[in-house]
Amino acid sequence: MTLTDPEITALWLSLKVAIVAVVVALPLAVWVAWILSRKTFFGKWLVEGIVHLPLVLPPIVVGYVLLIAFGRNGWIGGFMREVFGISIAFTWIAAAIAAGVMGFPLMVRAIRLAFDAVDSGIENAARTLGATRRRVFFTIALPLAAPGVVAGTVLGFARALGEFGATIAFAANIPGETRTLPLAIYTALQAPDGESIAFRLAVISTIVALIAVALSEWLNTRSRRQMTGRDS
Amino acid sequence: MTALDVSLQKQWRGFALDVAFRAEGGATVLFGPSGSGKTLIVKAVAGLGRPDRGKIALGERILLDTANGITVPPEARRIGVVFQEPRLFPHMSVERNLLYGWRLLEKSKRPAVDEIISLLGLEHLLKRKPSRLSGGEKQRVAIGRALLASPELLIMDEPLANLDEARKNEILPYLSRLKSDARMPILYVTHSQAEADILADRIVRIANGTIEHIEGR
Repeated sequence: MTLTDPEITALWLSLKVAIVAVVVALPLAVWVAWILSRKTFFGKWLVEGIVHLPLVLPPIVVGYVLLIAFGRNGWIGGFMREVFGISIAFTWIAAAIAAGVMGFPLMVRAIRLAFDAVDSGIENAARTLGATRRRVFFTIALPLAAPGVVAGTVLGFARALGEFGATIAFAANIPGETRTLPLAIYTALQAPDGESIAFRLAVISTIVALIAVALSEWLNTRSRRQMTGRDS
Repeated sequence: MTALDVSLQKQWRGFALDVAFRAEGGATVLFGPSGSGKTLIVKAVAGLGRPDRGKIALGERILLDTANGITVPPEARRIGVVFQEPRLFPHMSVERNLLYGWRLLEKSKRPAVDEIISLLGLEHLLKRKPSRLSGGEKQRVAIGRALLASPELLIMDEPLANLDEARKNEILPYLSRLKSDARMPILYVTHSQAEADILADRIVRIANGTIEHIEGR
């Protein structure tokens, strides 16, 4: 099947939004996952709650909150308008922020589980060999948690790709700017004879998702092979 | 040779540890039943656990002095530890495991790799992953890894406890040789009289968190 221009636009925009969302959110997710896995501190339950909020709130509420925060008169949006003269709401950056926020808890959960599974005794052994905490993190904990980081990245990417509710509230449905695949499908379904368009877009979404899953499987097999030194 | 001076107090879950001893030259065996406080001592000396009060010095270097708020982090203590479990890095080959601490040393301070590899008979294992080693081989790699980080004190915390008789007898000769070759004092923790008999230059007997007596040989 050859893609029409609006389809290519929506697909490209979706990929751009999801990739930017995941690339920016990933280091933060790794850091938060590490803290939640290894540290105990006052108010930890509150941090966990806030991290997980996007998972349990209706997405439209998250979008609404983002709109309030980043809108022209919001506390972040107002600041950015005054200092940099830019407005984020209703741009593709807003769509990326919405996608990143919605995918964030999924990334943190998967990565945290992976960190939990890393034996802290091994990390202690590395410390006694002369490695600082920082070095232990980058040479021991992070490589051992790599399969979880990959899983979290794919989950976050899939979630970002499928983001609808928060995006439509915070970034609206502007063709070529914020109309990602899900919003394009929604738009097509609203039109009197858009069902075949919606179907084609749904097929495109499915293919992209399958490619992402296949890629993560491949990465996982590779890192497992590294771990065991086996060929299969 | 450097000496290790330890004095520690710790209350932990209704258990009271209160010990003071000196380890120098050759192997000092911390001997006592499980639950006597041996592991708490090891953790405090290695910097992996905090006592309530205490002072630890290795030669001239103060590693811990709670009265003056000094705690040297484990990576700066230069104390090698061989744990009960080998704790090898599963994602690295034997060779990379061995060189993990070695690479962090200044070039002039790096010990000769081949010497330690042949001391422990590891030549044919270098390219393998830890998951493909036997229990005894893993523990030998763990010993080599600790030695290659050029420690000023080597702690062995029940290094043979998880191995069967055959594996123990496979490693004990290496330990005896290590003891006579080693340039650093060894603190060897065990509850096995046999291991103590073979290795000890000095036995510190511990029960219920206190030292019963110290015997030289």
